[in-house]
Amino acid sequence: MSQYAINMIFVLGSFGIYFGIAVWARAGSTSEFYAAGRGVHPVVNGMATAADWMSAASFISMAGLIAGLGYAASPFLMGWTGGYVLLALLLAPYLRKFGKFTVPEFIGDRFYSNTARTVAVVCLIIASLTYVLGQMTGVGVAFSRFLEVDKSIGIWIGAAIVVFYAVLGGMKGVTYTQVAQYVVLIIAYSIPAIFISLNLTGNFFPQIGLIGDVESGKSLLAELNALITELGFKSYTDPGTSQFTLVLYTLSLMIGTAGLPHVIIRFFTVPKVSDARWSAGWALLFIALLYTQASAVGAMARYNVTETIYPGGDTSSPIRFDDRPQWMKNWEVTGLLKFEDKNNDGLINYTGDKATNELDVNRDIITLANPEIANLPAWVIGLIAAGGIAAALSTAAGLLLAISSAVSHDLIKAQINPGISEKGELMWARISMVVTIVFATYIASLGLPLAAQTVALAFGLAAASIFPALMMGIFSKRINNVGAIAGMLAGISTTLLYIFLHKGWFFIASTAVVTDGPLIPHVPDTAFGAIGALINFVVAVVVSNATKEPPAEIQELVESVRVPAGAGAAVGH
Amino acid sequence: MGTKDNSAYWSANKRLIFFCLAVWAFVSFGMGILFRPFLKDISIGGADLGFWMAQQGSIYVFLFIIFFYAFAMNRLDRKFGVNE
Repeated sequence: MSQYAINMIFVLGSFGIYFGIAVWARAGSTSEFYAAGRGVHPVVNGMATAADWMSAASFISMAGLIAGLGYAASPFLMGWTGGYVLLALLLAPYLRKFGKFTVPEFIGDRFYSNTARTVAVVCLIIASLTYVLGQMTGVGVAFSRFLEVDKSIGIWIGAAIVVFYAVLGGMKGVTYTQVAQYVVLIIAYSIPAIFISLNLTGNFFPQIGLIGDVESGKSLLAELNALITELGFKSYTDPGTSQFTLVLYTLSLMIGTAGLPHVIIRFFTVPKVSDARWSAGWALLFIALLYTQASAVGAMARYNVTETIYPGGDTSSPIRFDDRPQWMKNWEVTGLLKFEDKNNDGLINYTGDKATNELDVNRDIITLANPEIANLPAWVIGLIAAGGIAAALSTAAGLLLAISSAVSHDLIKAQINPGISEKGELMWARISMVVTIVFATYIASLGLPLAAQTVALAFGLAAASIFPALMMGIFSKRINNVGAIAGMLAGISTTLLYIFLHKGWFFIASTAVVTDGPLIPHVPDTAFGAIGALINFVVAVVVSNATKEPPAEIQELVESVRVPAGAGAAVGH
Repeated sequence: MGTKDNSAYWSANKRLIFFCLAVWAFVSFGMGILFRPFLKDISIGGADLGFWMAQQGSIYVFLFIIFFYAFAMNRLDRKFGVNE
């Protein structure tokens, strides 16, 4: 059977499962559509949250990023997991106790202001929409590589599938589809990782393999460091950047993680406040299963690629271009792997010196090419295809839910047509979902190189706007409506400004003002979210203290979200 | 239930959160980044302890913190009679 047919079976088979679940878990009420009827077991919710969270970036790009950057990629590992500590300790249980359906709804009620609610909706839509674009681009890449269809057609096929199960099932359908998608993606990620670890270090668990020994009897990391520094690359364990930048970047990703609405709303689906606390732990456990493997896969892939070019670790004799392995030929076709024989000696000179280096390996191919590099059977490649698509679709569906519930619940029901029936609200939720995905898919199909920049924007915005407002709403009774609005606006606008100054207005690169290093030394635009959050906190506190205290009933509301008792009663809507 | 009970419960919760976040910051920003130069003599699997904390160890501690907090809060909820 051809590789194409095997890929087809795995991808179409996984779609069949998602369709089946969608039909089984249709949503009939707004409570089912927004919060899966609040009947999701905490472990199930943890698994769904993990799929919701781990996107095409986690599945496809992260291991390659770690392989290329080594220690300097640590902010992604710590940031994207450490954010769950903030979520579990500072937000999830209290927002579950509040017992409503959306993030802007809490902000609107707590700060007794429709303006605050609308500001939150705008932040949510910008952050989530840009994130959806990245997912749809990821779907397009996976389709074009594995199913050999045109990238833009692949994006529309992916969109049609998401629309089908998200529109039909709402949160209920998405929850159970995400559980299936988690199973698909973790198996797809682990099998090649385990094989590679066994081949290279003899350890079954990649996490142990990372600190294990290679054939020569020396440890993997020491051997890798020796090999690549000899070739003129930076050492794998070298910091690469200042400690200040690393701290700021990690903190921005942590705060951004805790402030992303599509993750927060997952915790509205569990029955109790204590379930929300446990569920955050389960979510991180399922995420850690992939992330702790990613750091091992990164180091091992770097070692394997270098060893392929310099067999036996002999840095004086690279292989001949004509003798290159099949996987390199496969990826040359995509343009993501390039060889240029600069000195015409027919050898692949792979070095850290840009002037003499002849091999360019795009970081994004590492995870996808891993099974081929390690000579794994064809069905593993089919599994990787299904896993990559599952990671992108599950995150896209979660983001669509967050956007559509904000539109139908926080704009239409709360402000435009308060008398709308439950059926009408449900219809609007579905309409806004279709409109959003059509819009996002259209933009993504234009082939804009958006993924990396927009993900940074999503994290920066969530960190600078939503997280501080939620946290202060729970932990302070003194923050009032004007303070919260001023804080959110100050946080977002400074973050947006800082990103646009470096990346160009609305990401049009030619309009970038700052092109030679970051404006503030050691603060790259991707790490500005933490500063944006700080600005938000300071502005909100200063403005609130200069204006009137919140009314008594709001202070009572804050008291009530702080204690778990009575969560059942608060559900009534 | 009086307001006084809740404020004692809330203070206990805040102390617990502060303690957990101190550990959270120590293992990630501390051991993984800022104190890494001081830990360079402790080796784990061919690299220094700081490298391992940044790429593996901190994630395991985060997991432990969340489960510990959930467990400790459940006890606190019962102690103050505010459980569901």
